[in-house]
Amino acid sequence: MHRIVEKKVLSDEVFLYRIEAPLIAESRKPGQFVIVQTDTEYGERIPLTIADADPVAGTITLIFQVVGDATHRLAALPEGGVIENVLGPLGRPTHIEHVGMVVCVGGGIGVAPLHPIAQAMKRAGNRLIVILGARTEKLIILESEMRALSDEFILCTDDGSRGRKALVTEPLREVCARTPKPDQVVAIGPPIMMKAVSETTRPFAIPTIVSLNSIMVDGTGMCGGCRVTVGGQTRFVCVDGPEFDGHEVDFTNLMQRLRTYKPFEDQAHERCHLELQIQELKKHA
Amino acid sequence: MTYSNPESLERIAREHLAELESRTEPLKPKERLRIPPQVMPEQPPEERRHNIREVALGYGPAQARLEALRCLQCKNAPCVEGCPVRIDIPSFIRAIAENRPEEAIAIIKRNSILPAICGRVCPQETQCQAPCTVGKSLKNIAAAVSIGRLERYAADWEREMGRAKPPEVKPETGRKVAVIGSGPASITVAADVRREGHAVTMFEAFHKPGGVLLYGIPEFRLPKRIVEEEIETLRKMGVEIRTNFVVGRTRTLNDLLEKDGYDAVFIGAGAGLPKFMNIEGENLVGVFSANEYLTRANLMRAYDRERARTPIYPSRKVAVLGGGNVAMDAARMALRIGAAEVHLIYRRTEAEMPARVEEVAHAKEEGVQFHLLQNAKRILGDEYGRVRGIELLRYELGEPDDSGRRRPVVIPESELVMEVDTVIVAIGNEPNPLIRQTTPGLQIARGGTLVVDEDGRTSIPRVFAGGDIVLGAATVILAMGEGRRAAAAINAMLAEK
Ligand SMILES: Cc1cc2nc3c(=O)[nH]c(=O)nc-3n(C[C@H](O)[C@H](O)[C@H](O)COP(=O)(O)OP(=O)(O)OC[C@H]3O[C@@H](n4cnc5c(N)ncnc54)[C@H](O)[C@@H]3O)c2cc1C
Ligand SMILES: Cc1cc2nc3c(=O)[nH]c(=O)nc-3n(C[C@H](O)[C@H](O)[C@H](O)COP(=O)(O)OP(=O)(O)OC[C@H]3O[C@@H](n4cnc5c(N)ncnc54)[C@H](O)[C@@H]3O)c2cc1C
Ligand code: SF4
Ligand code: SF4
Ligand code: FES
Repeated sequence: MHRIVEKKVLSDEVFLYRIEAPLIAESRKPGQFVIVQTDTEYGERIPLTIADADPVAGTITLIFQVVGDATHRLAALPEGGVIENVLGPLGRPTHIEHVGMVVCVGGGIGVAPLHPIAQAMKRAGNRLIVILGARTEKLIILESEMRALSDEFILCTDDGSRGRKALVTEPLREVCARTPKPDQVVAIGPPIMMKAVSETTRPFAIPTIVSLNSIMVDGTGMCGGCRVTVGGQTRFVCVDGPEFDGHEVDFTNLMQRLRTYKPFEDQAHERCHLELQIQELKKHA
Repeated sequence: MTYSNPESLERIAREHLAELESRTEPLKPKERLRIPPQVMPEQPPEERRHNIREVALGYGPAQARLEALRCLQCKNAPCVEGCPVRIDIPSFIRAIAENRPEEAIAIIKRNSILPAICGRVCPQETQCQAPCTVGKSLKNIAAAVSIGRLERYAADWEREMGRAKPPEVKPETGRKVAVIGSGPASITVAADVRREGHAVTMFEAFHKPGGVLLYGIPEFRLPKRIVEEEIETLRKMGVEIRTNFVVGRTRTLNDLLEKDGYDAVFIGAGAGLPKFMNIEGENLVGVFSANEYLTRANLMRAYDRERARTPIYPSRKVAVLGGGNVAMDAARMALRIGAAEVHLIYRRTEAEMPARVEEVAHAKEEGVQFHLLQNAKRILGDEYGRVRGIELLRYELGEPDDSGRRRPVVIPESELVMEVDTVIVAIGNEPNPLIRQTTPGLQIARGGTLVVDEDGRTSIPRVFAGGDIVLGAATVILAMGEGRRAAAAINAMLAEK
């Protein structure tokens, strides 16, 4: 049982939860994630990145976007409520090193997992350029935190409602074309964005790390559901990743695999909406 | 085999038993051999392939006693030699024959702590029932005394009568033992060590304890209620169970020994890493490991589509690759999830299949179609990256290999295509590398299993291991047997200090 000690609404669809998980708070490293399940009997297990942790308070921070049934149910929990199951920390930690100049590119909810990595990169003495992108102003998260970390900060939205009206790849290409060029790029966001970022950096031969959000069940290497093709080889995101060399990842396959349960998910999401509405009505009745 | 209705099986047995009991002379061996082997009452195939309930319903009292009367009470009891944990088979069978089930279960429990489970899932035809004199005399292994079913009968009797009591626990010793995993090896260690009064904490990565018994073997073969009761017994004995705890990640094995003060650790982490074939198309949408498919179905209860929120792939035509229990379970589960056709593809013949004979028979009765001496060459996809078919190659049997089984040899240019929308890969599992990767000094054998001595000691002091993580993918009873041995060694070590 993990109590939600703090619940914050970051944007329309994005929530921040600080939850009790002392052992995970103690051992987690940037880049690692947890598997969360709201209900032991019938709930779905979903992976979420550990956005931050406080070993003294024994809490970890999760930031998630409501996209379907499981995240919707999670978002419906109140502050002070409990999440039945939280497993972790899982995955390999990010390799943090002093390389010189690092560009962190975050898209949408991907900014949440990017934040601890950017923090660690900065701490390791790197010069940090942050490029954040979102569909629209309302979906921007962690702007001030990321801005505070960075030596250079670029914000863009698809619709131009805030910052530059551009996709993140536009400013990224400009940064890559500078001399000296960046030593490392870290990109986290929707698969299509990570694919575009990897294509942008490829001609410049800049090492590019991406964090993959495949579908998972156990998160410990026993189901193979999270497998992706990297450099022609099958790898498990939960134990070999979640971070991989963006220039080697088969994004087309990843995106196809992410749609495996699409019809089911849409249906479940519908049903979830109805159930939660009924609960609300009962509360007010 | 023709289907017989459970009530009539018990009625016929009752009549037969009454007739035998009306006689004053004791039964002669010849007469015992003439008693027909008792057929297991089952759900009808056409019904059960659409539900998740247990297929085998268990003997009624008359059937059990009649089957028990078939036992010749051999002096040398070859059956006992065939049982990995050496249950005193003739004695417990005699107790059933003489209508003393409470004594039967007491005898069984001297050697096995999970009889309701082993009675259901042991590969009896290669273990206790293989050397049985009755089967030998009748020149038919299938006609051996049904030791497993009788064991199940005794265990079910005890449970249903509410007679099962948690074993007694000695006064607290102040020592504590960590058990990693919650499968049969770990359950056994937890019980045996706790009995001596040591504190026991069980660490399980999943959100529910039980190991493969819970997430792998389906409800229709092993009702989860039975596994849950075994776990409940551990709780009643005072074993602390911590789920959502991955040793190697949440905490390392060394943390348990050094920071958390455990006096000993038992590793029963199983062999959960699925093997793939490394063929073209294996990452297409619609290709699953049996582990993923069964975990979604069993642990996450995806078969209960009204309530479960974990999705399972809506398949129409399924190909299952493999010939073991895992393959049979996946194939039969796919039928229950709603597939119209399930094709099992195995590269040898039925004689070489490692699955239990009963599961093979059940799978066929339920309509799983067997394609023997064939194997996948590649999986074909459509423009959306979804499976549309599988290309197979035909094989023939050649010379025997190391395991003594005849090696399948590919027939050149024998390709054929089968149209399917789902492929389930069930070609075996290996130990998960997590613990060995995060525990320096742990000695590993080829294939990633842990090296232990005859008492289950690993290369690290105070650390023991057993079950599939030592044996590779094996069986429930072997895991339990290894747990027993390791627990004895742990108890001896803790008694010394
Ligand atoms: C290592 C990792 C870290 C992640 N970190 C975060 C994070 O910090 N914040 C965040 O908002 N999201 C994160 N995600 C994505 C998050 O897990 C999915 O958004 C969530 O599972 C969706 O569940 P749902 O039931 O609400 O939506 P659904 O309706 O089930 O699905 C919506 C989308 O989520 C994907 N998805 C569904 N089930 C899973 C699953 N079990 N695992 C992964 N993806 C799934 C589907 O492909 C679909 O595109 C992460 C994913 C991974 C693999
Ligand atoms: C589908 C299927 C069908 C089978 N059918 C039969 C059958 O009919 N008859 C038979 O005798 N055998 C059968 N087997 C084999 C049998 O189930 C296994 O041999 C047996 O369960 C092994 O027991 P174990 O205690 O070693 O480990 P397991 O039962 O594998 O349990 C290991 C547990 O450890 C947990 N774990 C792993 N790593 C960690 C970690 N780092 N930290 C915490 N927890 C961890 C796992 O989550 C798992 O729950 C079958 C197996 C499968 C998969
Ligand atoms: S435990 Fe298994 S092998 Fe031993 S007697 Fe029972 S069924 Fe046979
Ligand atoms: S070998 Fe068969 S007949 Fe003989 S004691 Fe064992 S079960 Fe009975
Ligand atoms: S999530 Fe199951 S193997 Fe990665």
